[in-house]
Amino acid sequence: MPKRTDIKSILIIGSGPIVIGQACEFDYSGTQACKVLREEGYRVVLINSNPATIMTDPDLADATYIEPITPEFVELIIEKEKPDAILPTMGGQTALNTAVALAERGILEKHGVELIGAKLDSIKKAEDRQLFQKTMRAAGLEMPRGGFVYSYEEALKIVDGIGFPIIIRPSYTLGGTGGGIAYNIEEFHSIVEHGITNSPIHEVLIEESVIGWKEYELEVMRDTKDNVVIICSIENFDPMGVHTGDSITVAPAQTLTDKEYQYMRDAAITVMRAIGVDTGGSNVQFAINPADGKMVIIEMNPRVSRSSALASKATGFPIAKIAAKLAVGYTLDEIPNDITKLTPASFEPTIDYTVVKIPRWDFEKFKGVDDTLGVQMKSVGEAMAFGRTFKEALQKALRSLEIGRAGLGADGKDLFNHRKLSPKSKAEWKKRVKDQLRRPKPNNVFFLRYAFQLGLTIEDIHALTKIDPWFLFNIRQIVEAENELASIVEDADNTQSRTPSLESRLAKVTLEILFKAKQYGFSDRQLAYLWKTDEDTIRTLRKKHGVLPVFKTVDTCAAEFEAHTPYHYSTYERENESVRSKRKKVIILGGGPNRIGQGIEFDYCCVHGVYALREEGYETIMINCNPETVSTDYDTTDKLYFEPLTVEDVLNICEHEEPEGIIVSFGGQTPLKIAKELEAHGVRILGTSTEGIDLAEDRQRFGALLRQHKISHPKYGTAFSVKDAVLVAEEIGFPVLVRPSYVLGGRAMEICYNTASLREYMKKAVDVSPEHPVLIDCFLEDAFEFDVDAVCDGKDVLIGGVMEHIEEAGIHSGDSACVIPPFMISDEKTEEIIRITKKLAHALNVIGLLNVQFAMKDNVVYVLEVNPRASRTVPFVSKATGLALAKIAARIMVGQKLKDLGVMDFDFRKVKHISVKEAVFPFSKFPKVKMFLGPEMRSTGEVMGISSTFGASVAKSQISAGNALPEHGTIFVSVNENDKNEKTLEIVREYVKLGFKIVATEGTSKFLTAKGIVNKQVFKVQEGRPNIVDHIKNGEVDLVINTPLGEESRLDEYAIGWAAIEHKVAFITTLSAAATAVKAIGELRLGKLSVKSLQEFHQAS
Amino acid sequence: MIVKLALENGTVFTGENFGAEGEIAGEVVFNTSITGYQEILTDPSYAGQIVTMTYPLIGNYGVNLEDLESVKPQVSGFVVREYFDFYSNWRATSSLGDWLKKNNIIAIQGIDTRMLTKMIRTLGALRGVLSTTDGDEARLVKKAKASPEMTGLDLAKKVTCSVPYKWDEIDRTIFALAPQAASAQRNGRRFKVAVYDYGVKQNILRRLTSYGCELTVVPASYSAEQVLALNPDGIFLSNGPGDPDAVKYAILNLKKLIGTKPMFGICLGHQLLALALGGKTYKLKFGHRGANHPVKNLHTGEIEITSQNHGFAVDWKSMDGSKVELTHINLNDNTVEGFQHRELPLFCVQYHPEASPGPHDSDYLFAKFVKMMEGQKISSTLVVQ
Repeated sequence: MPKRTDIKSILIIGSGPIVIGQACEFDYSGTQACKVLREEGYRVVLINSNPATIMTDPDLADATYIEPITPEFVELIIEKEKPDAILPTMGGQTALNTAVALAERGILEKHGVELIGAKLDSIKKAEDRQLFQKTMRAAGLEMPRGGFVYSYEEALKIVDGIGFPIIIRPSYTLGGTGGGIAYNIEEFHSIVEHGITNSPIHEVLIEESVIGWKEYELEVMRDTKDNVVIICSIENFDPMGVHTGDSITVAPAQTLTDKEYQYMRDAAITVMRAIGVDTGGSNVQFAINPADGKMVIIEMNPRVSRSSALASKATGFPIAKIAAKLAVGYTLDEIPNDITKLTPASFEPTIDYTVVKIPRWDFEKFKGVDDTLGVQMKSVGEAMAFGRTFKEALQKALRSLEIGRAGLGADGKDLFNHRKLSPKSKAEWKKRVKDQLRRPKPNNVFFLRYAFQLGLTIEDIHALTKIDPWFLFNIRQIVEAENELASIVEDADNTQSRTPSLESRLAKVTLEILFKAKQYGFSDRQLAYLWKTDEDTIRTLRKKHGVLPVFKTVDTCAAEFEAHTPYHYSTYERENESVRSKRKKVIILGGGPNRIGQGIEFDYCCVHGVYALREEGYETIMINCNPETVSTDYDTTDKLYFEPLTVEDVLNICEHEEPEGIIVSFGGQTPLKIAKELEAHGVRILGTSTEGIDLAEDRQRFGALLRQHKISHPKYGTAFSVKDAVLVAEEIGFPVLVRPSYVLGGRAMEICYNTASLREYMKKAVDVSPEHPVLIDCFLEDAFEFDVDAVCDGKDVLIGGVMEHIEEAGIHSGDSACVIPPFMISDEKTEEIIRITKKLAHALNVIGLLNVQFAMKDNVVYVLEVNPRASRTVPFVSKATGLALAKIAARIMVGQKLKDLGVMDFDFRKVKHISVKEAVFPFSKFPKVKMFLGPEMRSTGEVMGISSTFGASVAKSQISAGNALPEHGTIFVSVNENDKNEKTLEIVREYVKLGFKIVATEGTSKFLTAKGIVNKQVFKVQEGRPNIVDHIKNGEVDLVINTPLGEESRLDEYAIGWAAIEHKVAFITTLSAAATAVKAIGELRLGKLSVKSLQEFHQAS
Repeated sequence: MIVKLALENGTVFTGENFGAEGEIAGEVVFNTSITGYQEILTDPSYAGQIVTMTYPLIGNYGVNLEDLESVKPQVSGFVVREYFDFYSNWRATSSLGDWLKKNNIIAIQGIDTRMLTKMIRTLGALRGVLSTTDGDEARLVKKAKASPEMTGLDLAKKVTCSVPYKWDEIDRTIFALAPQAASAQRNGRRFKVAVYDYGVKQNILRRLTSYGCELTVVPASYSAEQVLALNPDGIFLSNGPGDPDAVKYAILNLKKLIGTKPMFGICLGHQLLALALGGKTYKLKFGHRGANHPVKNLHTGEIEITSQNHGFAVDWKSMDGSKVELTHINLNDNTVEGFQHRELPLFCVQYHPEASPGPHDSDYLFAKFVKMMEGQKISSTLVVQ
């Protein structure tokens, strides 16, 4: 059936901010959908609240709405744009839930809008676990035993019949929020209660535990003619019990016979038919009992998902793109396979390599959180790697993770060297390793290696972990290979009387040894460590022996047909397939796995850089290892290398491709970190020189530069010991901001108000040494902060925008809300900020992007830091102003001038609308975590509110961030001693003026009463009942304003914050945010919020 | 132990042996199935061939006593990227390597199988020699060049059974498709099917049995008269190795049998029917071997993902369109995948509806065969009355 002509315009719903469980994979799918549907001639309308996405580029849709993804706002868009259909399968759970709400409220029917991609009926059958279970059983498929409950009492009845351990899954929550595994009745009680609260329909599934079973996933597509194909099978390295998003996963399935695989395939097809997904892709999850092959269905998602992104990247089959085409009526046989061109999409990809994905966690950002992995997803990103062996793919994935590891250990970062352990400590380690492995934890893959080194067997480890013995065998092979590799030079060492020379040590290394090591995935860094030399020596040695990587092609068909898509990965074999073209080319380095501090924003910049350079006629080559991204879509760039972003891997590609230059400034810290070394190996870095980057990052040099240009900066010092630190801090004057020398996203940063807390921090948080000094800055309390993004071509500087932070200094810029244009600063000071930015751009010889952070206190402008690279705010600024900063920067980096680009007339101050960016936090995933903001970044994503007024923009941003502000009601106020001041009173009075009632606990209540503000005192948690938490739970509080009180009342803070999050009560933790909120509420009450597309906003400016 | 794979085009791969020792020549082909190496190895259609798996990791789940398509491995040799002697699967009884050694099959691992696959794709299936005994590469290449071409080879006679036998086994594993026994019965009597064994895969027998048929498997050389003497309700023509055009005796017998009973052919059986109906077959450049080939059913418009293993194909231009109708085509290269007679109860497919390894999408063809026999019976009853 050809495409439908009865629909002309389609609304695509995005997935909103990046949160745990919903990351940039939906930008990838949404972007593909936008592109495909426009190519097919449809008018595309898009809604997504996330400005960092590529899909919200005004170029990608006919009308782009950066608005809250709620039924109310979607209805406004429907009223305005009158789409014929909604495609809800590209935006994750958020889009599906919104679509269901729209349908159930009759909005779709009222406006005559049709759901395409998945019908309401199918969505409900798949999403409503009760209906799902019924449907599966009716189709003759097995599911784990269990049932649905709405109260603890009902839950008790089920647990009686099944026993422990038992799984609890709340219905309709993101990433399984609020679910868990209970091993005893106490845990059971708390998880069930928690789950019932978290589920929007207060329903939880109590289910037989299949923990320890093998876990699989199939990616399936079906069309209206009932053609069904399986795109990819995935086997989880970690057994059932660990959320797939937190599991190491492997494609294809490794330990299934064809009989088992086909049995699963048949079941997946039955599921598709029973659920009724007939125009798109889905994934179906299975568990298999390793003892007898019994298979049960765990769940299915009637939409593209994180695993579809992974399967697309792993096979080369573009699931989202094909799903979009199916949604508009095409059938699989009508769609050609992009990669082979000659064969149709109605086939099942087959692959001739192994793919390993490893999640990336950021637990160090959330002190006190239990890092045991379970049914609720906790990872923030992932890296993926290709190899011709599992071992190679695993080690490549590990060195892609950006956790400082060069593979599976043997990189100088191990907890111990087993060859040097005394028998006693060996026994101790053995116990520790076993304990560690008993529970699934983030770094357990490294402990598997330790376990083998300490003499545990495959059987021992399987008993502890339930990881399939085949995977364990592969790990053992890596461990054995490492031993062999180490013994080569150790033997050489032992036979020499004196310290042997490097030559004699490496003389024993043959081509065969090197080749095998590389086929097992060992990096040069690991070999250097094992052979006691440096990475460069290994590289030279490798080249001498002719051990060079070859690049194979990802082609969906295991070489059966000729591939036209240059999508490559490296391995060590005989034939190289990547052909170097004669075109002038640029390599762009991506950002690697998402983590807090480095997310989708950098992928946006990379992709924009690519778009611009393609327009300029360059062959663009992307290197990245994050399967969720648009940058790793094979049709984004001319050539894609899915490879780790290490010096070794990048150099290999550079040496093969011989590009004109390489861009390191779009992908965040990851590429920047290796820029110097790449340059030392003769790679030309485009844009700002490594010298300029160094000048900005080296505090001594940068300080000198600021002084030379008479630019103010907070006083600072460097300490090499705890004693030093105290001296430096006392000289600078408290409060001080303390941080280790290497930071990303403000990791391990803290503000210390006195010597005692400084000592405490130094002792606990930092490993200070002459190699790892600690940086101490004067902390400018109550200062305003500003961010500037600009582009410099060496002569002219283009200011993209000056953003004012809503939170005062001390809150990490990534966590702070900000607004463009700035609203509380004089024109004169804005000018000063611009002047300083320009001066710095020139002083650092910036060619390309530049981000400067400023603080202003007592009318003095201070420079906090300068980053001569793409910043997190580039996409936000671009969406707010309509100026494609990253594209401009890319053109500048290849030698163009700002003047010639015709952009020098741009002035962000002429923009007539106001854009507010708000950060989004993963607190709801981490019970018991500190919910206050600080210098350490902890947000996972961002949203944007855009309108003609400040208040409306703030209000929209809060709705999008899941923190919708109330228009009336009761406010709970609790402020710390520092905040019991005039500012607080002013703010509270504003709320009172708007008719809000105030409740407060003792201290704050007394303070307010004394100043004449009427309020009601309520109990603290320990003071009695009903206390503040009860009031929140009872729905008697509509907004919480709670500024951090410090250690002593932490318990109360946890309880209050958690209650607010659980009951979806707006929660504010800074006075500045409280002041902003009251303004927003005031404006909210003046009239209804309206919607306007980015295209309209930009045209008006 | 070192083993070499020498190709007729002069390329030599050196790897490690994980099977038996010795030397063997064969046609080097590749199979793109990710799973199912045990079924592939025991499929008699691979006789005379050295099979390369494009999926690099092989041996992971060992071998078991159930996933057999014949009593022993039938390939001449086996080529993989990385062999796993360590296996993990609840049904496994042995490692792949031990089993290959026991059955005297040479197997090579550690070579660039993708390079080999691309070579076969570009140059066509190549003759090759696997050797653990001769290290002289030039000599091995010469041996490869001297080995027989597949065209003109009757290999069916090498793999067929020597005497007729009854088959009454169905797949009893938990993975089996549900038995369809009820559908093949009439008045309590099961359909009798004569199966020509040109190298039959046992799963074909299991599927037919599971549809209620009572099977007598006969040697490839069994005459038409002998088959009719069995008084079967239908005749099934199996898959098998080699060049269909070389199996002259089979073509002659089929010419006699066409029209007498309902007939269903798979793979070589399909090619032989085409030849018996006056058509021609030709050798494909590198064949179809895998479990992901899209086939379009021209009657329903539906796509079946199919299991395939063939080096020859039917030339549709050579067929008499007034007699036969094209029913299935391969969407990758538009080659003939199935046809049926316009008047007689006869149909056949080039691919493998019995799967094993591969998807079950085309299992309906067995039902179709049973239906055809049912229809036939009614008409013959009418004739008698």
